[in-house]
Amino acid sequence: MVPADLRYTTDHEWVRLEGDTATVGITQYAADQLGDIVFVELPDVGRSLDQFAAFGVVESVKAVSDLFAPLSGEVTATNPGLTASPEAVNTDPYGDGWMLRIRIADTAQLGELLDAAAYDDLVAAG
Amino acid sequence: MPYGPHTASDRERMLAALGLTSVDELFDDIPPAMRASPLDLPPPQPELELAARLEALAARNRTDLASFLGAGVYRHWSPPAVDQLLLRGEWYTAYTPYQPEVSQGTLQSIYEYESLLAELVDLDVVSASHYDGAAATAEAALMTCRATRRERVLISRGVHPHYRGTVATYFGGGLQLDEIPLVSEGPDAGTTDLVALERMLADADRPVAGVIAAQPDFLGLLEPMPRIAELAHAAGALFVAVIEPVSLAVLAPPGAYGADIAAGEGQPLGIAPQYGGPYLGILASTEALVRQIPGRLVGMTTDLDGQRAFVMTMRAREQDIRRDKAASNICTNQALLALAASIYLATIGPHGLRDVAALGAGRAADLERALAAAGAPRLHPGPYLNEFAVRVPDARAVHARLLDRGVLAGLVLADAEPGDPTLAEGLLVCATEVTTAADIGLFATALAEELSAVGSASR
Repeated sequence: MVPADLRYTTDHEWVRLEGDTATVGITQYAADQLGDIVFVELPDVGRSLDQFAAFGVVESVKAVSDLFAPLSGEVTATNPGLTASPEAVNTDPYGDGWMLRIRIADTAQLGELLDAAAYDDLVAAG
Repeated sequence: MPYGPHTASDRERMLAALGLTSVDELFDDIPPAMRASPLDLPPPQPELELAARLEALAARNRTDLASFLGAGVYRHWSPPAVDQLLLRGEWYTAYTPYQPEVSQGTLQSIYEYESLLAELVDLDVVSASHYDGAAATAEAALMTCRATRRERVLISRGVHPHYRGTVATYFGGGLQLDEIPLVSEGPDAGTTDLVALERMLADADRPVAGVIAAQPDFLGLLEPMPRIAELAHAAGALFVAVIEPVSLAVLAPPGAYGADIAAGEGQPLGIAPQYGGPYLGILASTEALVRQIPGRLVGMTTDLDGQRAFVMTMRAREQDIRRDKAASNICTNQALLALAASIYLATIGPHGLRDVAALGAGRAADLERALAAAGAPRLHPGPYLNEFAVRVPDARAVHARLLDRGVLAGLVLADAEPGDPTLAEGLLVCATEVTTAADIGLFATALAEELSAVGSASR
């Protein structure tokens, strides 16, 4: 069961909303599928993102995959710890493995994301 | 069961997905005159007759000339060990091992190429490898755009015109390429115009991703690379140095003057001049750009038993994995030529390479004196290494008449740079360690006679 207080994308990102700030990462399922993560390429602070557009890249020993923004908004912070310890995405994807914070533009976009139960169903369906 | 890769219906589905009606439309960018047309093959011939015919064709190549042609491709002596070792069958394997770690010998040869070149250019990362210097330069230009998320690159007109043309082709998809002019007169004539560069970098509406300059430049002149690097970096742009590898034995390497990327032609490292290649593209960068550099990167590690092992590292951004999002889809490893460069460097060693560069510079100084005495002074006053331009009235006709006298008098600059009036009377000539005093004498004597004949004819 994934954390109940988060929202999810069908591309396996999660988002935690606090006020107008959204924290974004990838799910445990995504991290497990990718294998050992060796590098995370994140956008510069200040860049504005469009919902569901690629914002960065996650690189594991076997693949490089795009990261997609769950919500539109401006990047206010990226996780500095991932430069030295990208493996935090594998070991603690919902905590130390967070990737970026965005000041969201439109709360209505939350309606287009999955809740925990729907995301669990998505993963279970393979 | 069909053994072809694509059935007719496969092709139709792919074309439909692309919104095209024929495969030919994929090649619309290629001028029609340059596209392959049905081959007009003569009827079969007996092997003996065919061999004689091919020998007669090959005999039309002039290999007896005293050559002063460089312009991006350079003649050098190569130790016989280089070609002999290339003949070993072990090297003729699948050129991209898809289970690379079982081919430890192939990986070791790539690792050694990368290590030797990294030492030569003084940068952290070298990829193996690219088609030629022009392709490597174009990849370097694309790297600056990806790394800075900017879309405009400035390239000096001192970069080889073929390289500029190749970069322009790569940029045809929407990126902007602007040429930095050369200084037209005075002590810096023929080198990159720094005032123009500063002005171009200052355009706040069109931020610059990268600045590209060559050392030595196309005219053989030495560029103020540290200053160009400073100007580029002050504007938030990356700096790409286009290099000639043998020169790095005596000139400062790109890493020493702040270049972020080095690109260049590897042919001078043990590879014979050949019309149309195959050649070897060198591409190197700082560690900060390691995820932007296309091509193979091989690393050394230890296996489970603690033994030395070579591995394909940073493979994940290659085209077989990333498809359309790969760092490059116009990329190959010229493995056998990279191996030739490695064997050449290992055989002659750092002192030998310095001798090669210094001998070439010495012969070029002899050539300069001889040509000046024959009536052809240099076009530019600045320092050069082993290649320079001389002023010859009616250069194209003189060049043709010298060919009849057994002298390949370099390159007619009016052909290479037709848009530059300052080069209209220029011949670009070079010398290397294989240039003999007798060749220089032949050139100077023939040139003096041609020039006096022209002089007396016009009187």
